[in-house]
Amino acid sequence: EVTETSKKSIVTFSEIHHFLLSDTIITETQKRISNAFDVFDHESNKTVDVREIGTIIRSLGCFPSEADLHDIIAELEEEEPTGFVRYEKFLPTMTKILLERKFRPITEDLLLQAFEVLDQQKKGHLEPEELTKYLTQEGEPFTQEEMDEMLSAAVDPDKNVILYKDFVSMMTFDDTR
Amino acid sequence: MKTTAFIANLFNSSLFISDLSRVLLKAMKAAVLIQRWYRQYAARMEVRRRYTWNIFQSMEYADLQDQIKLYNFLGYLMDNFTPSSTERNLISHIFRENEVCRDAEWERYFSYNNITVPDIYSGPRLTFPLDMDQAAHLVEAFKNKQQLHSRYVLQLLLETWKLLRVLPNINRVSTCHSKEITICGDLHGQLEDLLLIFYKNGMPSLEKPYVFNGDYVDRGKDSIEILLILFAFLLVFPGDVYLNRGNHEDHIINLRYGFTKEVLNKYKLHGKRILKLLQKIFSWLPLVTVIDQRVLIVHGGISDTTDLALIARVDRHRYVSALRPPKKKTPSRTNVYADSERYDEMIICKNRRGSLTFPKPFGARESFQRRSLQDFSSTVARTLGEEFEVRRRQAEFSLSSFSKSHRILSSALSSDSEPESSEFTDTGNDEWKQILDLLWSDPMSHDGCIPNEVRGGGCYWGPDVTEGFLNRHNLQLIIRSHECKQDGYEFCHNRKVLTLFSASNYYEVGSNRGAFVRLGPDLVPYFVQYQATSMTRGLSFPQNVKRTEHTALKVLREQLFVHKSDLLSAFQEIDKENTGLICLNDWASAIERVLHLDLPWRVLHPQLVSSTTDGKLDYHGWFRDLALKKPSSEHIEQTMLETLYRHRSTLETIFRIVDTDNSGLITFEDFRQTLKLLSAYLKMEISDEVINELVISTDTNNDGSIDIDEFMEAFRLVDKSRLERGKSLLKLMQDNQSLPQETESPQTVYSTAPQTSQCPASQPADPPVSNTTDSACSQTANPPASQTGSLTEDCPASQTEDLCHISVVVPPQ
Repeated sequence: EVTETSKKSIVTFSEIHHFLLSDTIITETQKRISNAFDVFDHESNKTVDVREIGTIIRSLGCFPSEADLHDIIAELEEEEPTGFVRYEKFLPTMTKILLERKFRPITEDLLLQAFEVLDQQKKGHLEPEELTKYLTQEGEPFTQEEMDEMLSAAVDPDKNVILYKDFVSMMTFDDTR
Repeated sequence: MKTTAFIANLFNSSLFISDLSRVLLKAMKAAVLIQRWYRQYAARMEVRRRYTWNIFQSMEYADLQDQIKLYNFLGYLMDNFTPSSTERNLISHIFRENEVCRDAEWERYFSYNNITVPDIYSGPRLTFPLDMDQAAHLVEAFKNKQQLHSRYVLQLLLETWKLLRVLPNINRVSTCHSKEITICGDLHGQLEDLLLIFYKNGMPSLEKPYVFNGDYVDRGKDSIEILLILFAFLLVFPGDVYLNRGNHEDHIINLRYGFTKEVLNKYKLHGKRILKLLQKIFSWLPLVTVIDQRVLIVHGGISDTTDLALIARVDRHRYVSALRPPKKKTPSRTNVYADSERYDEMIICKNRRGSLTFPKPFGARESFQRRSLQDFSSTVARTLGEEFEVRRRQAEFSLSSFSKSHRILSSALSSDSEPESSEFTDTGNDEWKQILDLLWSDPMSHDGCIPNEVRGGGCYWGPDVTEGFLNRHNLQLIIRSHECKQDGYEFCHNRKVLTLFSASNYYEVGSNRGAFVRLGPDLVPYFVQYQATSMTRGLSFPQNVKRTEHTALKVLREQLFVHKSDLLSAFQEIDKENTGLICLNDWASAIERVLHLDLPWRVLHPQLVSSTTDGKLDYHGWFRDLALKKPSSEHIEQTMLETLYRHRSTLETIFRIVDTDNSGLITFEDFRQTLKLLSAYLKMEISDEVINELVISTDTNNDGSIDIDEFMEAFRLVDKSRLERGKSLLKLMQDNQSLPQETESPQTVYSTAPQTSQCPASQPADPPVSNTTDSACSQTANPPASQTGSLTEDCPASQTEDLCHISVVVPPQ
């Protein structure tokens, strides 16, 4: 009840927001979307493989969860899913996501806290096996490939542990480059 | 006591349980957060990897245009050029096959018997006929960076030549006896990859037949070693090793893409003969392979006119190079060209040092000169004739004009001129086109068949053409190579066409995997992918991506800098009020208009533009950022630099053609003439003072000759993005303390670097000592990756144990 109303008011606010935004900003946004889309449009026919949608959305700065993506894709796919998504369908959905600033970024602090939660013994570091267990069994589990990739960047080669504080700083620094 | 303790424990544990569940819930949330965050990061990495790939592909596309530039330039010369007396020899040499002889003379020319092998030589000593052990020993030797002595090289090549001449145009293979056939794509001189394939799959043998699908040479640094290995196995197992010709098995292409240079560097004394023999061998390589009459293996592809029956009949060895179509047969040359194989070659193979523009008046030169004057004058006369239409000049290439111009080019090249003779018959023309199509074509996604304007040869063929072709010839699959694929292989045309590429890390370390495929009697492809990781040892996945991206962006910035004049005009056109500022939108569209690279400029802009104010870019400042730190070549005009850079490959190729004795040096005069010709073609003024300046700054020996390599490098005209692991300007700079070390910031150095001599002076023999010959000439210091900083040297990994990351792909369906 309360949530419904507040949700509604947010929607309304963003609608007003739309009106108030100048054309330039919308065009800029749409151009960003178009460029990101083009990177994956291999045949230059304004379609992308549906499996790349997550990558495209994330590349535009959003942090959706797998569940979020699932919903978005369901919305995007046609009545008979062809395995491809057309640009005309993608653009309005993505514009909305960006203008509404959905799926906000995860800050460095929050990320650090998450690692600290996993580090139950407060060692200041995590063993690769520990982290692997969490990330491949809990939440929205990683595939082995994802886990291996992350470990290759996260594990300190000398000590063979994950110094998560350094790891987090390094990764977020990279982002801003 | 015990009970109390027990109850206390129980009580504690229930508390513990609820704590635990709270903790677990928190842990789950933390995990989700971390996963969500990491996936975002990985996605952005993926995009970077993807556009890096796009950059490399566009660069390759732009690079391929160079061939067309060369062709256009040659065409221009033919069309318009009335050479002065001093220029005639230069021109005629550019257009003519320069060698020669009859049977006996060939024998003598390629003779290896008088080459002695010194005792200190520790490399393999081959005895013929070869056997399996010797072939394996050869592989081992190359793995240990030894070099085969020129005597054995010549011997092996001669045997190969003899064998190839009896092979048909179409190899026919069968998978009977439950043999699985292994097929490999482009290798491009990357020995690591071949070793990796042998390590994973075993070496060729009676039980293990192989098909190699062309492009063995160019770009990589071990092209000759790859050839020697493949030829050795061919000789030992002629019924189980099949080689197809690729478009890089072509001596003119080799001039441009590095194989010629490699051979001349490794074999200073006998390199020229080795190259000449290879020229013949290349023309004798079979054109296609067919497995079980069901699967076609060809390097490039097909066109809508491809006809295997016709292919089976052609004289394939007549088609020596894509850039020099076959000359016509003329009866009047019977005296000299008795042997049918030699009718298409010209007279004269004498020692010819010295300038072409000022030939010596006596001896063999004279007859050459006289002949060339005759020929050329007839050519000139003909060019004015009616049968000539104005053909290729600009971008629009139609296939008919392409083959027609080839026809014209070829008829003009004949020594016996009969203006009305069109003895280069239509059959000849057809055959020429058929072969070009096989070696140069690429598949496209739309139906139809159009000329391949990107490559300047062959065509783009669509799924309907595949369908028609397979039906007509009762085949089920085409396996081809010719194009780099990120995963080493890729299907198209409804899985009827398979592209297979076996050179991993082709554009840059980490850019792509290589793959090979096995076919058993069921003809279901089984793929193995791999990536030679010697260079990436110790690098994590993100570091790998960044390193590759770094290279791609550097190349891109160079391109931007080189087109500065055009870009500046484009910007100023938009910025009519001359504010010096331009918004990102306009920046992106202007760049695309000028460069035509079809890249996602907006996605790239954070990497290319360091700062903007209010979303606007100060473009003058941006150019300054892109440009050199030390403007030591400021006296050379910007547009001149840009022009030289843009036509660097044409320049280099012409230089090498002109360098008739393959010494790596050309005279002042020839250099000057070449530049003048180019400038006339480009309608650009290039004054004598400028040329002199260029010459002086590169003539280190002060002997009136110019080292081609040094010239190209001094002006940063070497394409550093390539995996041409030859001499490196970086090393040149590091050797010379006065220049700054290369840093990571986006800067291109256009400077006339004071010269250091790269290669040791010519040695009297070719002692293939294991490492030193390599290190002097072909060791590279790769631009240090800024992140790791430890990779300053090319670690030539040879141990196959280090080559990891082999993954096996289960056959589809």
